[in-house]
Amino acid sequence: MENLVEIRDVSFTYDKRPILKGVNMQIPKGKVVSIMGISGGGKTTLLRLIGGALKPTQGTVRVAGELTSDLDSEGMYRLRRKMGMLFQFGALFTDMSVFDNVAFQLREHTDLPEYIIRDLVLMKLNAVGLRGAADMMPSELSGGMARRVALARAIALDPVLIMYDEPFAGLDPISLGVTGNLIRELNDALGATSVVVTHDVQESLHIVDYVYFVSEGVIVAHGTPEEIRRTDKAYVHQFVHGEMDGPVPFHYPAPQYGQDVMVGGAHA
Amino acid sequence: MLESAAGVLRKIGAFTINGVWRLGYASRFFLMTLFGSGTSFRRFHLTIKEIYFTGVLSLIIILVSGLFVGMVLGLQGYETLQRYGSESALGVMVALTLVRELGPVVAALLFASRAGSAMTAEIGLMKATEQISAMEMMAVDPISRVVAPRFWAGVISMPLLAAMFSATGVFGGYLIGVVMIGVDEGTFWSQMQSAVDVRDDIMNGVIKSFVFGVAVTVIALFEGYDAPPTAEGVSGATTRTVVTSSLVILALDFILTAFMFRGK
Repeated sequence: MENLVEIRDVSFTYDKRPILKGVNMQIPKGKVVSIMGISGGGKTTLLRLIGGALKPTQGTVRVAGELTSDLDSEGMYRLRRKMGMLFQFGALFTDMSVFDNVAFQLREHTDLPEYIIRDLVLMKLNAVGLRGAADMMPSELSGGMARRVALARAIALDPVLIMYDEPFAGLDPISLGVTGNLIRELNDALGATSVVVTHDVQESLHIVDYVYFVSEGVIVAHGTPEEIRRTDKAYVHQFVHGEMDGPVPFHYPAPQYGQDVMVGGAHA
Repeated sequence: MLESAAGVLRKIGAFTINGVWRLGYASRFFLMTLFGSGTSFRRFHLTIKEIYFTGVLSLIIILVSGLFVGMVLGLQGYETLQRYGSESALGVMVALTLVRELGPVVAALLFASRAGSAMTAEIGLMKATEQISAMEMMAVDPISRVVAPRFWAGVISMPLLAAMFSATGVFGGYLIGVVMIGVDEGTFWSQMQSAVDVRDDIMNGVIKSFVFGVAVTVIALFEGYDAPPTAEGVSGATTRTVVTSSLVILALDFILTAFMFRGK
């Protein structure tokens, strides 16, 4: 199957600190792929590399056949018109209504007359169940609704690639389930490809086709949700089952406990 | 001793380098804003919307302050002029003080604290809530879509606000001088008309307020755009906008005055 995104031997260094080290990843067309791992492990950096907001220090990122490192800002903007992105807390434009938020890209990038834009926006809002909220302002929405509006905005131009940055963060169980199902359904209905960066194991294992585990800048495991559930790799096991101690230690590195706390007694 | 001296030197060096770097960064930002200005004029309704927020909503503070400053000028001017028996020149004095100096300067100071700080906070928060990144991901350049319309709105609003400040100020001077104290009305207006020159006085005042408008909006937009995306970052940037703009306005005013009114 053809890959929409190909990441080859990618390393990324920020402020002399290595964030990613020799990462390889393929995202086939039409699939929903999730990137999991603990916070600060390099997941969001991977997403930004795919979106072209960052360029790799080493290696190549190819999206829809184009090398992101070769593109100038004009080319990057052209490529981004084929992408949609859902930010962690939605990132809705707070000075615009729900309708105007979803209409934003249509107005910026097309010359469509307003009555067609209206129909398109209402269709997208209907897909996320919020046609009735078109006239509301972002400040009037709940967290889950804001996330769905942002999703409608992300798919406004029918992108081939949809990226999700922590789509489940801070959602109640109902909104979480709704968002998860929408990610799957919209991907299949639009014939798009989705990348979901998340640390919500249970929800994402239900909806994705393939999982990559990233820890400290390297891919430590990958496989289908079934393979991930059955794996005996210590890191994945700890992550999937939410264990307190394991390869990811409970204690932040510190001097020996005894040396640190019994100092008062030594002076007495 | 030597070490601490080296430490001080290093700090001065770092401070200077950081200052020069920021100045360069701000200049680049200014140029990018100018180059990205096409949208602000092609879709002028974007700029009109910002003129409403920066200009129209600043009107109350500008008009009220202008009135009070004019009334104070009326009182103080009369007090001084009548010692030399030249209270008939009160109109001239009030008008010249306003159109040459106080109009542009005080209006710009008020504009910086009312509209400049709001611009910084708005753009800083847009950045902190990833709205700017979202726009970039949607292949829309935030400089031309968000920054440039606000810049032109500020540049257009500032001279108009300064003119209105001066106009209400003159009216305030009239209220005190003519209506309250009883200076002759005809002398008040006719002396003003013959002494205030359109090119030398009014145009120079307009040029000043235009320059202040550019300075204040660039500082406000740059501070917002450059603010660290945290609560402290945005509040620090807002404070810096007001402090830096105020100092820059006063310094620029001195320089411009030195060139405009030399030997007159």
